[in-house]
Amino acid sequence: MKTFKDAGHLFRLAAVFLVGVAAFLIVRSLLVPRSFGRYGHYRADAIAEIAALPVAYAGHQVCEGCHSEVQEVKSKGVHKGVACESCHGPQAKHAEDPASGVPPKLDTAVLCVRCHQENIAKPKGFPQVNAADHSGGAACDTCHKPHSPAMTGGGSQ
Amino acid sequence: MNITRRQLLILLPAAALAWEHVLAGTPEASPNYTMSEHWWGMLIDITKCIGCGSCVRACQLENHVPDGYYRTWVERYHIEDWKAENPKVDSPDGGKNGFPLLKETGGKNFFVPKLCNHCAESPCTQVCPVGATFVTPDGVVLVDQKYCLGCRYCVQACPYGCRFINPATETANKCSLCYHRITKGLTTACCEVCPTGTRQLADLKNPNDPIHEFLRTHSVQVLKPQMATRSKCFYYGLDGSVR
Repeated sequence: MKTFKDAGHLFRLAAVFLVGVAAFLIVRSLLVPRSFGRYGHYRADAIAEIAALPVAYAGHQVCEGCHSEVQEVKSKGVHKGVACESCHGPQAKHAEDPASGVPPKLDTAVLCVRCHQENIAKPKGFPQVNAADHSGGAACDTCHKPHSPAMTGGGSQ
Repeated sequence: MNITRRQLLILLPAAALAWEHVLAGTPEASPNYTMSEHWWGMLIDITKCIGCGSCVRACQLENHVPDGYYRTWVERYHIEDWKAENPKVDSPDGGKNGFPLLKETGGKNFFVPKLCNHCAESPCTQVCPVGATFVTPDGVVLVDQKYCLGCRYCVQACPYGCRFINPATETANKCSLCYHRITKGLTTACCEVCPTGTRQLADLKNPNDPIHEFLRTHSVQVLKPQMATRSKCFYYGLDGSVR
């Protein structure tokens, strides 16, 4: 076969090229994660990794599993729509192991004004007070019980 | 190789089953959760927001957001009479500790909670050069912390300013719609603690989700509709001045 003179260097060049392509494919298969491209141009395993992160807020359904007596009181008052951890903070650890990490007693003078301090931007129907004028410095739970804040004995809410 | 009619009839359904198994791929992390059955979004009722900042605090604790950075935040708008083009907006500490009283009186005042809009056509995922951020099959925009280079393209691309670079990891970070919670059947941390029901997680693929009734009967708007991002955060009572 004498179609081309000195064709040998073409074959050598082709061999170098093929080795390069093979090396590229091997390196690529080592570097690209296996799950890359399963759903799109991203690593599909990342979805499961994010889904497996731990939870800090247990959810009010979990709280109510044990503290049904509080749920009973709360369901009759205006705070029925307020979740437990809205005031008590994240309690997933306490839910897993009730003995450890008992939630601290809350200071109502700090807690209640977060929502109920007067502010012009709040919806008009929302109960708001100027805390200093309203209670004269007394803690809110002197008169209102946080789980069902309506006052008994003829007082206004 | 010869196959009788009887053998063929046995082989065909077996092959079909095997092929279905190949198509299904590997099982997902949460055993009772199927991505294809959900399409997540959020409903935000501005007329209920009291600016208490519970959502911002809960988000920070749930997702370990560093101080001074926010996956969700609350803005307060103050609009004088007809000057809707120039609203005064403030958000001290993202609204985390509530809002001080305004010096201005009168006018129109309201709070707007903000978070990642989990756009179905999200600009942030389109600019990522390495595929570190993406829309999941259930409609949540996530960041792959192991793949992110921290190049900040996505931070600039988000029209809603929802992304930041976490100073601890130097990677992009943003609201994950509490993906680790919603896949376990819980609601997001912000929706869980919202005392007035302003925020409601919505599964748009679930026909029994109350969002469908709400969308049918209320005037609902998304932020920056002109950006055509197909945002899935639906605002009720949104004023035209909100950017």
